Amino acid sequence: MSELIRRYGSSLTWIIIAFTAFWLLVLVLIPNFVLFEFSFKPYLPVDQLGGPKDFYSLNNYWTFFNSPIHIRIFFQTVLYSSAVTLLCLILSYPLAYFLAKIVDAKTAPSIFLLLIIPLWVSEILRSFAWFIILAFNGPLNAMLQGIGLEPVRWISGFNAVIIGLIYSYLLFMLLPIYNAISSLDTNQIEASEDLGASLWRTHWRVVIPHSKPGIASGCVMVFMLCAGSVIVPSTLASPSSRWFTEIIQQWMFEGLDWNTGAAYAFLLLTLCIIFVSLVMRLLNVRLVDIAK
Amino acid sequence: MSEDVTLSNISMDFGKFRAVDKVDITIKAGEFFSFLGPSGCGKTTILRLISGFMDPTQGKVLIGGKDMTGTRPNERPTALIFQNLALFPLMPIWENIAFGLEVRGVDKATRRAKAEELLKLVDLHESADKKVSQLSGGQKQRVAIARALAVEPKVMLLDEPLSALDLKLRQHMRAELRAIQKRTGVTFIYITHDQGEALAMSDRVGVMSQGVLQQVATPNEIYNQPSNGFVASFVGENNIFDGKIKSIKAGEATYDTSVGSFAAKIGPGVTKDTPVRLYVRPEHCTLTKAAAKSGNSIPVEVTESAFEGNFINVFLKDNAGQTHMAQVQNDPTAPPPQRGAKVQMNFDADHGVLLAHAKTRS
Repeated sequence: MSELIRRYGSSLTWIIIAFTAFWLLVLVLIPNFVLFEFSFKPYLPVDQLGGPKDFYSLNNYWTFFNSPIHIRIFFQTVLYSSAVTLLCLILSYPLAYFLAKIVDAKTAPSIFLLLIIPLWVSEILRSFAWFIILAFNGPLNAMLQGIGLEPVRWISGFNAVIIGLIYSYLLFMLLPIYNAISSLDTNQIEASEDLGASLWRTHWRVVIPHSKPGIASGCVMVFMLCAGSVIVPSTLASPSSRWFTEIIQQWMFEGLDWNTGAAYAFLLLTLCIIFVSLVMRLLNVRLVDIAK
Repeated sequence: MSEDVTLSNISMDFGKFRAVDKVDITIKAGEFFSFLGPSGCGKTTILRLISGFMDPTQGKVLIGGKDMTGTRPNERPTALIFQNLALFPLMPIWENIAFGLEVRGVDKATRRAKAEELLKLVDLHESADKKVSQLSGGQKQRVAIARALAVEPKVMLLDEPLSALDLKLRQHMRAELRAIQKRTGVTFIYITHDQGEALAMSDRVGVMSQGVLQQVATPNEIYNQPSNGFVASFVGENNIFDGKIKSIKAGEATYDTSVGSFAAKIGPGVTKDTPVRLYVRPEHCTLTKAAAKSGNSIPVEVTESAFEGNFINVFLKDNAGQTHMAQVQNDPTAPPPQRGAKVQMNFDADHGVLLAHAKTRS
C-alpha cells in the first residue's frame, strides 16, 4: 500500500483502488449476492412480493433435484466439459512444448499470431463457421468423400459441441502451459537427456512437474469456460445435446423465473469450485501458483 | 572405467559462422584435459559435440574408438556438468543424484543406497533428503558432480562449473575436482576461460581462439613455451614489443624495434620472414638504475605501481610510449623505484621469445 503510494502518488493510488473496489463490489459481489438471495425465494407475481408467500426456502434447489432430466444434463455438462478439458490438454501440451523449446525464437511470434487471429472473430461467428464446416453437406464431408470416405453425421450427440468447444478454448490451455514451459531452464531438459532419460521420461520427470501450475490453470480455465459456455453448445447443438447453461437461460429468459435460474446458476458455480479444488488437489498445486 | 575421446578433424558451422575449425586431437583415457579460451572461442561447442547435443558439420567424434555420429546424448557414455549445474529443483537431492539410475530401471532401494554412497564421496553426508534450494553454491556443485558420477560415465564433461563460485570456494573445488578425477579415473574434459583453473587442474591444456586449437600441451609447456602470440598473451601477462627480425643465429635472433635492438629466442616455426612479436613475462624483467652489462636493457620511466602483497607490479613506459610491466618481489628493505623514476628494464635473451601471431581459420 505505502509502496503503491510511493510509486504512483496518493491521488492516483486512490483512483486505482476506487476503480478496483467498484469493479469488485458493484460488478461482481453485489450482483452475485442479489442472485444468491433470489435463489432462495419463490417466483411470485409482483403484487405478492413481500406477501405471506414470500419467504426463504430451498424449494428452487429442490426443483433441480426432483428433475431427472436436469440432473442428467448437469452431469453430461460435467462429463463433456471434462472431456474437452482433457482433449485440450492433450492437444496443447505438445504444441506448447514445441513453441517454447523447439521452434526458434524468430518464428514463434508468427506462429502465435496465426493462433490468435481466429480470436479476432467473435465466438458466435466462429461457432457458425464450424456449423457450416460440420454440416452433413458441408465442406468437411465433401473433402472426406473426395478422398473416398463415407460422409459422417458430425452434428449428432455432443460431437459438434465438443469440437466447437475445443476450438474456442484451446488457447486458454495453450498459453499458460506455454508460459510454464518457457520458464523451464533448457539445460534441465538437456541434463535429463544427458543422464540417459528417454524423451518420455524427461517429460514425465522434468517438464511436466515444472509446468504443473500452468497445466492446472489451463485446466481450470478451460473447464470453467466450457461449463459456462452458452453460445457454442447452442449453435452446434444436435437434438440430443443439451448444456446446463441452456437450462439456466431457459429459466431466466423464457420462464422469466430468475429465482430458479439463480439456484441453477449457483449449482453450476458450486460445481466449478469443486472442480477447481479437485484439480488443485490432483496436481498438488496451490491457488497462488495458478493465479501466477 | 574410462575411455579416450578423439575429435577427428571436426568443424562446426552455424549458418555462415564457423564456431569450430578443424580441431583434431585425442584426449587420453583417464586424462584431465582442459579447453582454455576466451568466450566465443568455440570451447562450449566442442563440449556439446562430444556430449551429442549436436553433430559436427565435418569430421567425427570418437569415444573409445567408436564413431558417435548420430548417437543421442542419452546413449553416449558421457556425463555433462552444466555451467549453471541444471539440478532438478523439484526433486530432493538423492533423487537428483539417482536420476540417471532411475531412468536405467534400477530399483528404489539400490538407487537410494548408491545416492548415499556418492554423497559420502563428495562429502555431503546428511543432505540426501534436502531440497536443492537449501544447499549452498559449493554444495550444489558437489551434487552436480555426484549426479554425473552416478551414471558411471566413461567421460565427464564440465562446462565452466566453477565460474559461479566465489574465489575461496573455487580454489577449494579445484583441488576437490582434481581429487575426484584421480580417485575415479574417469576422463575429464574441462572447459574454462580461467587460465588459473586450467593450469592448476589439468594434465594437458588445449588453448583455443576463434574456433582454432592453438596449442595442446602440459600446463608447464603452455606457460613456459607458448607456441604463438595468442597463447602467450592469453595465458599469463606479457610485455610485447613490435618489430622485425634482423638475423637468426643458433636459435637466437636479433630483433629490431623502435626502442632498440633485442636478443631473443625464436618460437616454434619462426623463420626470418615470419611476422612476429617479442614476448617477455613481467616476472622475468628486472629494474636497475644503470644498464645491465649483459642481456637486453632499455630505459623506461615508472608510471605507477600496484602493491599486490607478495609482489609488486611496476608499470613502465618506454621511449616510444609503450606500456610495460615488471613484477618484483615484495621486499621492504629494497622498495621498487617510485613513480617518475627513470630506470632500466632488463631481461635475459633466454626469457624473451619471438612468436608468430595466432593461427587463424584456414
